[in-house]
Amino acid sequence: MTVLGFMIPLALLMGFFGLGCFFWAMRSGQFEDLDGAANRILIEEDDE
Amino acid sequence: MNAPAPTLTAAADCIDSRFTVPGMRCAGCIGKIERGLPLVPGVVSARVNFSAKRVAVSHAPELTDDDLLDELRKLGFEAERAADNPLARDDAETKRLLSALAVAGFGMMNIMLLSVSIWSGADTITREMFHWLSALIAIPVVAYSGRPFFASALMALRYGRTNMDVPISIGVLLATGMSFYETLVGGAHAYFDGAVMLLFFLLAGRVLDAMMRNRARSGIASLLGRMGRGAQVVQADGSTAYIEAERLAPGMVMLVAAGEALAADGEIVEGHTTVDSSMLTGESDPRPAGPGDLVHAGMINQGNPVRLTVTAAAQDTAIADIARLMDEAGQSRSRYVRIADRASRLYAPAVHTLAFLSFCGWMLAGAGVHHALTIAAAVLIITCPCALGLAVPAAQVVAAQALMKRGLLIKDGSALERLAEADEVLLDKTGTLTLGEPRPVDLSALDAQQRSIALALAQSSRHPLSRGLAQALRDAGTEPVVLDDVSETAGSGIGGCSGGRAVALLRPEVETGGLAVDLVIDGARSRIAFADPLRPDVRETLAALAAQGLPVSIVSGDRAATVAVVARELGLFATASMKPADKLALLDRRTADGHRVLMVGDGLNDGPALAGAHVSIAPGSASDVSQQAADAVFVGAGMMPVALAIRVGRKTMRVVRENFVMAIVYNVLAVPLAILGYVTPLVAALAMSGSSLLVVGNSLRLARAAGKESAA
Repeated sequence: MTVLGFMIPLALLMGFFGLGCFFWAMRSGQFEDLDGAANRILIEEDDE
Repeated sequence: MNAPAPTLTAAADCIDSRFTVPGMRCAGCIGKIERGLPLVPGVVSARVNFSAKRVAVSHAPELTDDDLLDELRKLGFEAERAADNPLARDDAETKRLLSALAVAGFGMMNIMLLSVSIWSGADTITREMFHWLSALIAIPVVAYSGRPFFASALMALRYGRTNMDVPISIGVLLATGMSFYETLVGGAHAYFDGAVMLLFFLLAGRVLDAMMRNRARSGIASLLGRMGRGAQVVQADGSTAYIEAERLAPGMVMLVAAGEALAADGEIVEGHTTVDSSMLTGESDPRPAGPGDLVHAGMINQGNPVRLTVTAAAQDTAIADIARLMDEAGQSRSRYVRIADRASRLYAPAVHTLAFLSFCGWMLAGAGVHHALTIAAAVLIITCPCALGLAVPAAQVVAAQALMKRGLLIKDGSALERLAEADEVLLDKTGTLTLGEPRPVDLSALDAQQRSIALALAQSSRHPLSRGLAQALRDAGTEPVVLDDVSETAGSGIGGCSGGRAVALLRPEVETGGLAVDLVIDGARSRIAFADPLRPDVRETLAALAAQGLPVSIVSGDRAATVAVVARELGLFATASMKPADKLALLDRRTADGHRVLMVGDGLNDGPALAGAHVSIAPGSASDVSQQAADAVFVGAGMMPVALAIRVGRKTMRVVRENFVMAIVYNVLAVPLAILGYVTPLVAALAMSGSSLLVVGNSLRLARAAGKESAA
């Protein structure tokens, strides 16, 4: 049972990490232009 | 991502400007703009938002908006100044809901993790510890993610009404409170998972709903802005400056280019032109105007650039009167009660009575207060309208998405509900049944080479006639020739060189009756006449509307003779010479007779009718005011989306009703179990997700339904 004392905080921590990542992504505007992101991958990089 | 990095030197004193570019369609367009603009001296960077069809340009203060519009046009894109981010508020709302959803999702997964071990038989101490951990996660999560529901429920209660959020809030709060008490006394059942899961599912519905609204609104916002929002005003030193419509004052001298709408009433002082007042009055024939003539805000200058003195601006123009009428007309619409709220008026009291009765029943049967309360909480959780809360948004989001693919942007779910109820259609003529833009009457007089030259010339100009000609030629599959030395003379035409021959599109030397241009190749003139044609699929659309049992008639501000021609051609009943107030009065009469009218119109003169009708649709070429007043906007030349909207609206309501029936059947099965005390947290969790999946699955059928219809 002692393993629970380690596993549960770990699970929570990972959950918090995911939540943090989502908030960061939202704040930095990654959901602003979803169609654009899908299209940009098709732009050719022809920078000299 | 691919935008060149801003240079350090210029970054400090740069200003940002935003433009809408409705013509962006593909990745190539993004690349063209983001690479092309920074090559212009003074532009530091350009960043495209493809979803909103916007470009944010960071540039040196010396560059004016007009310079940038010009540069964008050289890249091949028609652009307009973007209004100050009208969507900021909606975006913030969606972000709040998204955050709440993310937090609820986090809580749900972690609590579920703990709950699974309790369900599979964790013993006393472990169970207690897990309950405490669940409480620790659930209480902040409920406090944070529940806010949208609590706030709306409080608001409803304060006005003595009830909506879907009242039973949701009571259910969630009671379940959380009971479970916390259970945890304190070391009881066996805690419903934290149920409460948080409920929030998660309902928030998912709300987020979908908000995203659908935002998408439609940003789609519409990218169409807005072509109508006189301001004007170039001549300053004391002879230079010109762009001034917003609200800040124009009588006495100012403004320059109006071809294709621009007037931002204020004025008297022409210089230049001869043709003005199109179809937006303002519905009149389809453009009329000539010269020095001394009065022209009004909302009219479009179709001919040559003119100079005019402002006689009335902002609040004193004819447009302002229309706006006032619209405000009054729009108030009746706000009294519409959405189906979800109508359902909850019956549902909430029933659920609460049921929970209260089961509490009383168990008390009478001799159970303790604690036991009776647990049962009552279980009843509330199991009846809590998880499926009911999803029943409406899920169906509407799927339907709106399907319609968007067919070219109809719906502003919100209530519009879909009202579309389904419409039983009569009133159509405006100019700009609705017709395209509202001049198009060449007959291209067959031109041979292939003439067409290619005409297209090459027409697409280099912004003049309304050139744009109409270019569009028609492109639709006919014409490829433009290469032109050298293109030069445009405002007021006379555009000329150039093709393969050593002088070619030009010129204004006819003698005034003709309607609109026309001459194509000149080596001195040989061929006349191209223009008219405002009917939309290509008007007949099919009218047939589809008739098949759905909707009588259609025309209400137009145009002269009776012109309207009669169209009415006879289409076999419709028509009323002509209608002023904005007349249209509104007609609508009120129909409403008083018990009809629910769908109004389709585009002009400023249709604004009050669009705002006052039970439901309304405007074409994408409509005036800003009309697009904002209408519930939906259809884009493109075809009118079929109007008929499709009604069909999909009705189908959506059928699915919504099916969803309600499913939710009720589920309740009828589950409630007796809850009242008898057999509903453990495990059963509640299974029942809740099961019914939600069923409802969402049923709603997804709508995506296919709309697709099949358009194919048929």
